[in-house]
Amino acid sequence: MKRKGQVFVLCFLVLAILAGGGFAQQKTLRVLLANHPYMEVLRPLIAEYEKQTGTKVNVESYDENQLTQKLTTEFATRSSTMDVFMTRPLQEGKLFFKNGWYENLSPYLKDSKKTPASYNFADYAASAVSAVTHKNDVYTIPLVTEWEVLYYRTDLFKKANLAPPKNFDELIAAAKKLHDPKNGVYGIVSRGQRGAAVTQFSSYLYNYGGDFIQEGKGAVVDTPQAIEAFKFYGRMLAEYGPPGVTNMSWAQCMAVFQAGNVAMWTDASVFLGNLKDPSKSKVADNVGVAMFPAGPKGNSPYSVVSWGMAVSRQSKNKDEAYKFLLWATSREIAVKAMVDKGITMARTSVWKDPGVQKKFDPQLADTAIKVGPIGKPYDRPLMTAVGEARDAIGEVIVLSIETKGTGDIAGAAKKAVQKVNELLKNAGEL
Amino acid sequence: MLDSRFVDRHIRILFPLPALLFIAIMMVFPILYTFSLSFTTWNLASGMPPRFVGLNTYIEVLKEPRFWAAMGRTFYFTFLAVGCETILGMIWALILNREFFGKEGIKLLLLLPLVSTPVAIGIAWVLFYEPTIGLANWALKSLGLMPLKWIADQNTVIPSLVLVDIWQWTPMMTLIFLAGLASLSPEPYESARVDGANGWQIFWHITVPMVVPIILTGIVLRSIDAFKTYDIIYTMTNGGPGFASETLNIYAYNLSFNYFRFGHAAVVLFFLFLIVLSFSFLVNRLKDRGHG
Repeated sequence: MKRKGQVFVLCFLVLAILAGGGFAQQKTLRVLLANHPYMEVLRPLIAEYEKQTGTKVNVESYDENQLTQKLTTEFATRSSTMDVFMTRPLQEGKLFFKNGWYENLSPYLKDSKKTPASYNFADYAASAVSAVTHKNDVYTIPLVTEWEVLYYRTDLFKKANLAPPKNFDELIAAAKKLHDPKNGVYGIVSRGQRGAAVTQFSSYLYNYGGDFIQEGKGAVVDTPQAIEAFKFYGRMLAEYGPPGVTNMSWAQCMAVFQAGNVAMWTDASVFLGNLKDPSKSKVADNVGVAMFPAGPKGNSPYSVVSWGMAVSRQSKNKDEAYKFLLWATSREIAVKAMVDKGITMARTSVWKDPGVQKKFDPQLADTAIKVGPIGKPYDRPLMTAVGEARDAIGEVIVLSIETKGTGDIAGAAKKAVQKVNELLKNAGEL
Repeated sequence: MLDSRFVDRHIRILFPLPALLFIAIMMVFPILYTFSLSFTTWNLASGMPPRFVGLNTYIEVLKEPRFWAAMGRTFYFTFLAVGCETILGMIWALILNREFFGKEGIKLLLLLPLVSTPVAIGIAWVLFYEPTIGLANWALKSLGLMPLKWIADQNTVIPSLVLVDIWQWTPMMTLIFLAGLASLSPEPYESARVDGANGWQIFWHITVPMVVPIILTGIVLRSIDAFKTYDIIYTMTNGGPGFASETLNIYAYNLSFNYFRFGHAAVVLFFLFLIVLSFSFLVNRLKDRGHG
């Protein structure tokens, strides 16, 4: 008898576990965000959204590379429960579009019942929209724009009687003058870590007249202009950079700047808030930001849609997901992100907001205006296999830094071209 | 309703069943699945589903110079680490095999690196190795030596990683050897002393032959672990600078989760599996011969 009772209890437990999924009646959304300043703005506001709509929103957040991995593996299994996610249009846009993982947003945007006129999609600049458009349809809402800038230490510049460099010659001169390793100050830092370095190297490449890919020709990082750019970047970081730069991505560069160990840093425009935050930065009161300096072939630093937000095609609640997307990318939240965190949001009208004009850093705003007409809309090769191509090109950057620009850069660049072309061919893009 | 007599009769199967199912789902299935993936080309970048290509992916991987470089590094890392750990572990074990004051305290201290989390160890060592402000260069400079770039230089990155591995895993070798030394029977020592053998002769002709099986066991266990080291390399260098610390495991990780070429990653993992398997097989054979 006793044993029968035990068996009964066991069966009951199994049934209870199986039935457990059925209890949830409330609408829920699963949202994946990146560990980005914008997430810090959005996350606390979600409780308010839940209260207004009665929808439960489960948020997860990951580092950018982990996010790509998480999204890819989940989508690839075709059993994803994700509804809305942050995405990097230039890094994974083509991959996700090709595999059919983004929901096509154009039908939603054209439907006035789903998209109220007050949302004003026309607020996004045509160049931003083109970055998230595949075959004439929009798949992602642009969220954040970034361009490469020069961060510099105002106190050191003042003491040395220097102005922010306007071109590469002045950049090197300033780095040389301020380079003082005995006192723990290095002239300049920029990313040197294999794949991560490629995006910040891109503006140097463009300003030397080089590019990553030429339509119909494939990779062109072995042109004389590109090789000059590799050599310049390597020499600059080897001579005036901190030791260990080949292991540095943005996080390590930011840390040495915040610790007061470098005089200049070229990277994306989103870090100013962190550099000026006295709880994180020793040099919070002495940070300036300037336009990326011009090269021998003029000035066209990258200016890109770094982040967007999309609805998963595998979502079971697409309408609910789209509603959340509209809310999360609304003008109100964009203004809040700019005022509170100094994030450079993709909507154009936010720059005219009185609150933003009062609070936003005037130097950074100035670079935004100047970069508008000259910026290049990409900071990495535009292709599906971006990750592997970045590693191949990054290897040339590492070699150049390690040899102070004197190694066989041309040979390494040729190898990178072969690799990238092979990847383009495999994906049917060449 | 389950018949209680059915439970009674099959109790031998029913009780271990959850554990068996767990092993089947969590271990056997992934291994078989990886093996089957290795015969396909599955590249998300091309947007195509996995396609069976026989041994084609194997050929492509074998032609890839990055694969051979990673293979070489994996062996370099493993032999350097396990070699140093074996020698240092033996020295420590011989010291701790004697009776002296504070022995238990030292034993406890030795255990500490073993119980720390590898990722935390990695992050801490990154700071030690930091070329400008790190402890390692401060120590070198205080001794009047040239500062090094440690993990930031292609030539020193593997030895620097090996140093971390030695710091973490020598205690395990020490413990294994210590257990072996403690289990040796005292008779051969007594008769050797009666015959007038000196300390070195006793060590070389009696201790070493008797602990060889234990040394080999330690080496196999540690080598298998070292071959598939992933955590400290990933947290400390992610395979860099350039590809200078990319071992097979890191390469497979890059292939699958950065390049989304799952078929190729499966092939690399298959080779890693093969190396580990054949290594343990080889050393087991040696051990058997040692016994005979």
